[in-house]
Amino acid sequence: MPKLKVPSPPAPLQPKPKRPGKKTGPEGPVEHGHEATASTIGWIDERTSLSGAGRWMMFRKVPKGTNWFYTLGSATMFAFLSQAVTGVVLAMYYEPEPTRAYESIRRINNEVFLGELVHAMHKWGSTVMVILIFLHMGRTFFFGAYKYPRELNWVIGVVLLILTMTMSFTGYLLPFDQRSYWASIVGVNINGTGPLVGPYLSDFLRAGPYFGATTLSRFYAIHMMAVPGAIAALIGFHLYLVAKLGTTAPPWIRAEAPEATREEKVAA
Amino acid sequence: MNKQEKERYLREYGILKAQGKPFFPYAVAKDGAMAILVMVVILAMAIILGAELGPKADPTSTTYTPRPEWYFFFLFELLKVIKPPELVPFATIGVPTVAMILLFLLPFYDRNPERRPERRPIATTAGILTIAAMGYLTYLGAAAGPPTEIDIPVPANVKAQGPAAVADFEAGAQVVAQSGCAACHKFGENGNDGPGPELTEIGQRLPAPAIERTLLNPTAPMPSYAGVQQDSPEQFAQMVTFLSELKAEE
Ligand code: HEC
Ligand code: HEM
Repeated sequence: MPKLKVPSPPAPLQPKPKRPGKKTGPEGPVEHGHEATASTIGWIDERTSLSGAGRWMMFRKVPKGTNWFYTLGSATMFAFLSQAVTGVVLAMYYEPEPTRAYESIRRINNEVFLGELVHAMHKWGSTVMVILIFLHMGRTFFFGAYKYPRELNWVIGVVLLILTMTMSFTGYLLPFDQRSYWASIVGVNINGTGPLVGPYLSDFLRAGPYFGATTLSRFYAIHMMAVPGAIAALIGFHLYLVAKLGTTAPPWIRAEAPEATREEKVAA
Repeated sequence: MNKQEKERYLREYGILKAQGKPFFPYAVAKDGAMAILVMVVILAMAIILGAELGPKADPTSTTYTPRPEWYFFFLFELLKVIKPPELVPFATIGVPTVAMILLFLLPFYDRNPERRPERRPIATTAGILTIAAMGYLTYLGAAAGPPTEIDIPVPANVKAQGPAAVADFEAGAQVVAQSGCAACHKFGENGNDGPGPELTEIGQRLPAPAIERTLLNPTAPMPSYAGVQQDSPEQFAQMVTFLSELKAEE
């Protein structure tokens, strides 16, 4: 069976060869530490063969000229992770019941330890994530990164964008204060004016022709289970394609011919 | 891109990639620095801006402003730009759907192999115009806070009916102002011109029963006020009276 070609770690990270004449085996706490790590990784790898995948992901090369604009995608992912963690904390106290939702958020703000901070981080984190996702999309657009062979990654990205906007829309109702309640009614009504699927979509969102008790739990289920799961899965696929295809080089960077061919040209 | 162009791209990319640096630790360091910055920004916003709750949601109360999260402002503003009712579906879902489809299919209709932004003038211009339009609509949405005040002078024929009618008219004006109607309707100098029609002279067009029917059973996106009628019939009646008295000065 052909072996998967995986890159090795960059030179500074590779283990240094022993000086001749030294004892074999680890010496001192640092080397013992290395040894223990290596044997743990070896144990896991013997059973999972994951180290190849890890090296393939981590030690792949990023092209020359990669700059700060290329951090916007991972920054978006980081904002998503922050939303996931703060969201889980909020879900521990939140009750998706029209009569209790508002009170439970009030309790998070006033009684739970650091509750208002976590709530505020979740609230403003959504703004940060939306800004970052648009900046990332702008970067890939202006760098022409959606062109061959990365078309599919762009399409997945658009789905991620729609799902992110769905998260904001469904999350806005959850505090169940006046603003979020009436804004969601208007929002659902706006959906209802759409052609063809519009009325069905708004009936689905409301769980019936009127805004009722089930509307809130429906928004909650969409907001905290269905969509985040889909986003996480799609981010995984998005990143797999990023590693598989490599990230683009900035469009204005031109490849210089490698040394060897250049000398040939001089000689000719 | 044809086969030759694809091959040329892959060859050139292969060279650039071979000349690059490993993802770990070089790119990871930048990503990590950016992650810390993101965290600091989120924490700073959370601490400075907090997460205050408004009053509790109340289907029967009339004090609210139907204001979406700021990044949906541009959609709401789109509704205002396109006003005739038969075009509203076009503005609400039509334009966004078309925009989404164009976004999805971008890699399939933009087949120009060139990647430098300055050498793809059409794509770059379209991108900048889209960003400018969205920015402008967002700004409009942010600037046009839904007003909660309506100053309309008491019409002469209401004054003629005596102080009780004047008090009713003024109470109605206040209910309407607090109900956020001005987020979508214009009343004289106050309110937003759209997505709903101007109501300055609504009494001229619709008699009181028709106004009542509109409030109970409106066309989307206007929300229904049936809950208000059930729980505060007096305020609801004042609102209808006020609206039906809005007529052109003779
Ligand atoms: C979300 C935006 C929105 C809000 C808030 C809103 N409306 Fe409307 N309203 C509309 C739209 C859009 C129409 C046009 C519907 C149509 O053409 O069928 C409309 C139509 C009307 C009409 C009929 C006008 C005509 O010329 O036929 C009346 C009356 C009216 N609204 C009164 C009110 C009152 C009173 C309030 C506040 C209690 C209010 N609206 C709140 C969007 C809104
Ligand atoms: C949850 C949202 C998203 C996450 C977490 C995410 C994450 C990433 C990451 C980490 C990369 C690696 C390169 C980089 O960071 O620039 C990347 C690349 C890419 N992303 Fe996203 N992304 C998201 C949304 C989007 C959206 C909305 C689009 C466009 C519609 C998009 C299109 C692309 C493309 C085309 C690439 C390849 C870029 C290149 O090779 O230079 N992504 N994404």
